[in-house]
Amino acid sequence: MNMLPRVFLRSYSSIPLIKKKIAIVGGGPAGFYAAQYIAKNLSNCEIDILEKLPVPFGLVRFGVAPDHPEVKNVINTFTKTAENPSVRFLGNIALGQDVSLKELREQYHAVLLTYGADQDHRLNIPNEDQENVISARKFVAWYNGLPGAENLQPKLTGDTVTIIGQGNVAIDVARILLSPVDLLKNTDITEYSLEALSTSNIKRVQLVGRRGPLQAAFTIKELREMLKLPNVTTVWRREDFEGVEDLVASLQRPRKRLTELMLTSLKAQNFTDTQERQFLPIFLRSPETISYNSLDVVVNKMAGDKAVKTKDMENLPADLILRSIGYRSTCADSEIPFNEKAGKVFNHNGRVLVNGDSEVIDRGLYTAGWLGTGPTGVILTTMNTAFGVGKHIVDDFNGNLIKCDQNKPGLDIKKLRAVTWDKWERIDKAEIEAGAGKGKPREKIVSINTMLEVAGV
Amino acid sequence: MTTSLLGLRKFYSATRWIRPFHKSAVLKHGEFEWTDPKSEDEVVNVIFVDKDGKKTPIRGKVGDNILYLAHRFGVEMEGACEASLACTTCHVYVSDKFLDKLPEAEEKEEDLLDMAPFLRENSRLGCQIVLKKELEGVVFELPKATRNFYVDGHKPKPH
Repeated sequence: MNMLPRVFLRSYSSIPLIKKKIAIVGGGPAGFYAAQYIAKNLSNCEIDILEKLPVPFGLVRFGVAPDHPEVKNVINTFTKTAENPSVRFLGNIALGQDVSLKELREQYHAVLLTYGADQDHRLNIPNEDQENVISARKFVAWYNGLPGAENLQPKLTGDTVTIIGQGNVAIDVARILLSPVDLLKNTDITEYSLEALSTSNIKRVQLVGRRGPLQAAFTIKELREMLKLPNVTTVWRREDFEGVEDLVASLQRPRKRLTELMLTSLKAQNFTDTQERQFLPIFLRSPETISYNSLDVVVNKMAGDKAVKTKDMENLPADLILRSIGYRSTCADSEIPFNEKAGKVFNHNGRVLVNGDSEVIDRGLYTAGWLGTGPTGVILTTMNTAFGVGKHIVDDFNGNLIKCDQNKPGLDIKKLRAVTWDKWERIDKAEIEAGAGKGKPREKIVSINTMLEVAGV
Repeated sequence: MTTSLLGLRKFYSATRWIRPFHKSAVLKHGEFEWTDPKSEDEVVNVIFVDKDGKKTPIRGKVGDNILYLAHRFGVEMEGACEASLACTTCHVYVSDKFLDKLPEAEEKEEDLLDMAPFLRENSRLGCQIVLKKELEGVVFELPKATRNFYVDGHKPKPH
């Protein structure tokens, strides 16, 4: 009997089985999809997903609009990944604060950075720091309950909001501002924003874009939702569409269908009902100066696909200004080769480069999601690139390109207040219970301290 | 038999639609697809072709949803939004001669397809396709994935 363990030991020592340790920094869609791919395709591995906040899912929780619950179904897939025995979720662990990249690289064979983009681009025009100018990103964070955004107090006392930018974030924000509160009250929108929106005086939301209708950045699904929103009238500017109809036949399918929808809506437009709230897409205008309650814009004309400024100006009313011209990543740790100009990590298809000029790959360091690609694309885009980077990691391990000749300990969480998956489930349960009484799928906990208390860490 | 099955199927997809988002509902997903055909009458043979060209012939049955059938047989079709028409992760190409045999895509599906990369005339969302006898022999091809970060084909020098 005594021989058995020794035989067992010997067989192990002759074929060293080193567990491949991988740290993924960021528990959003990119991190979870990469973990899913690696867990499925790489043998004998252990994956830790480190998340700055105590709660998982990143922009699926804090970005996706509360009235789009179907998009959040992907949480079920992520939950399956987190429950995989080779995956460990560690919330409340921030890179650059609780652990450095250098430490992670010592403790893991490979590190994948997927912490996303939590800042936004500025307009760089006069008076941008005025009280009534905020970023759409912050406004989204406010209604979605991102810790730290709860005290935003957006000014909803005026009658006109002007959103600069026409992407799907801009449309989401416009829809939340214009939706009858009844459409939001049974979603997971935070209670405080629901209250603020229910006393809002907003009557008009303008959506200002630099270019013309043929370059509109919003997609057809989001526009159609706006057109169908109860008690809201969409008002187009007829002059923005000069010559557009003649070009429809020559467009590719997605652009064609979107343009046709705009033209159909324009033709059906009438102004008899002035009681309704209004959604006003405005094309060919660039912001120049912000004043107390208005925005000066310059009139553009199109030269090919580019907007060119003219000498004409227009003054748009704007009691509240939301800038929605793109997200931006930041550098969480000084060891990251970060491209400040592009707002992303220097990389080639997810393999991090030693620095921008050398184009030499730093073996064992990867990036995926918006941190690697820049902040564009929908969940499909993030899924595809995250699977792609996951495949690189699997290939690099299998091709012995990642140094894997000694055991690595992984992060020691004894001294950290880590929220593991079972502890997140306590938060999840508490949120669902708090929402049940109000007819909401959940009432999100917004304070980090309360999250940690409920989690019991 | 077939009609009652279809009725049941309709009921299932209807409940999927109105189902609020919560965790316990996961178990119900694709349960039907995990049952084998009870008789030859309901068998519908289909072939999946993945992005690398690998063919997987599958013995499906009347009423099977393509997304969940793919899941059962390990075909890599994601379905992030779980058939609620909110994403395009189950985009497939349907072999041409069967295209007319499918019910026309509803507006919402068409809108989503507009966002799918590599859109073709025979593009559909897998989660909106339910098998019926007329689809015997149909081929579902998965689109190539855009896994490269660069559209311009940029390649850094080897080191």
